[in-house]
Amino acid sequence: MIGRASLATARRVAQQLRHDPRTVVLMLLMPSLLLALLRYVFASERAFAASAPALLGVFPLTLMFLVTSITTLRERTSGTLERLMTTPIAKLDLLVGYAIAFGLVALVQVVAAVLTSVALGLDVGGSIGWLLLVAAADALLGVALGLLASAFARTEFQAIQFMPVVVLPQLLLCGLFHPRDGMARLLEWASDVMPLSYAVEALQRVAYDDAVGVTYTRDLLLVLACAVVGLALAAATLRRQTP
Amino acid sequence: MSKSIVISARGLTIRRGSRDVLRQLEFELSAGGITALVGPSGCGKTTLMRSVVGLQKITGGSLTVLGAPAGTASLRSRIGYAPQGTSAYLDLTVLENVRYFAACVGADRDDIDRVVADVDLASSAHQLTGSLSGGQRSRVSLAIALLGSPDLLVLDEPTVGLDPLLREQLWQLFADLASTGVTLIVSSHVMDEAERCQDVLLMRDGRVLAQQNPAVLKERTATTNLDEAFLRLVRDDEAEVAA
Repeated sequence: MIGRASLATARRVAQQLRHDPRTVVLMLLMPSLLLALLRYVFASERAFAASAPALLGVFPLTLMFLVTSITTLRERTSGTLERLMTTPIAKLDLLVGYAIAFGLVALVQVVAAVLTSVALGLDVGGSIGWLLLVAAADALLGVALGLLASAFARTEFQAIQFMPVVVLPQLLLCGLFHPRDGMARLLEWASDVMPLSYAVEALQRVAYDDAVGVTYTRDLLLVLACAVVGLALAAATLRRQTP
Repeated sequence: MSKSIVISARGLTIRRGSRDVLRQLEFELSAGGITALVGPSGCGKTTLMRSVVGLQKITGGSLTVLGAPAGTASLRSRIGYAPQGTSAYLDLTVLENVRYFAACVGADRDDIDRVVADVDLASSAHQLTGSLSGGQRSRVSLAIALLGSPDLLVLDEPTVGLDPLLREQLWQLFADLASTGVTLIVSSHVMDEAERCQDVLLMRDGRVLAQQNPAVLKERTATTNLDEAFLRLVRDDEAEVAA
């Protein structure tokens, strides 16, 4: 599935990022800085440790969603996407290329955020590797949702407006502010169909338990499945021909 | 073989919304020459070019390109397309742009050097595309279209914003390509550029007014330049419509 064109696309996206060091610094540092801020807002290691795992799911999703939707929209409006559609590149190659490039950026971002959290007092019960795996899957979900959302935006301004639409409800219902099973029935159902809920649950499992259980595995697979479905839907929204 | 048909339109109609952008187009283009596509803006030149490269859904009639219906996947590696404007990544260098599209087209390293030299951009190869002048940017776009030595080149206003010297140089390049058997369609709103072509396709309001050799066209309309010839044809056409 990962062909020459996918790798070339990933490389091209990385080159674009290299020419924009400010964005790279912002992407890599912001989650860590926000976590540090939160630690001192709580003024308690215990309170911080209670919300940090959930935020390790929220930050990559949000940032990757924004970066991906804007980049893809730019590709649509600048005419480069149309030009690519006249070359033999497969639509999936293009999206996989994006997913590889932004997925790697997200991984570095997540590693920095996890290390910061640990330094600030988060005691990870399980392995840090399992924690990273969920956060990375979650970042990939952000990439997929961003790719998909860009299909419904005509301008960069609209693309940014999709962030509160797609990300904020998931944030409110993921269990960070209130336990999911204590919500009104309707909200609990809504929470059940939102992928971030499962990412957060898996992150909490691996942070507080030392064993990788059935719930963790199920949640991780669900998040990955949502990312794959998102990518497939995004590929379906890319059209070679306009009416 | 040299006079085989490269493009054949039969009753080609394209409707966008309630408006017919192309109306019952009938024409044929034979291999190995330059055809100028001229006409006022909004007459359907770009829509016709997008149809040829497979980006436009066809409402009615047929359009056959290199022996296959326009939009067929196998045509993508045989057609080079330079859309209007830059249509390259402004945040990449010239060489990074060309390399990326080379990977999408499947062109090799020698080809990259060749096309950059062909459009005379070797000295700016490491500059960011966004920092180049308008004329240089359109040459980046042209270089990308030349990748992979396509049989058919579709160039939408490639000489806009170029100084006379560069324009001369590019038309020389087009002539060289045509002499090796490549078929070129070049749109322009500068009639004197059309004088250099074997064939002129005059469009107006979604229809082909005339398709002829420029010299023959002037003789037929008893005019001395193509601007006048075009005006004469428009008046005849209006008289015909009124009658």
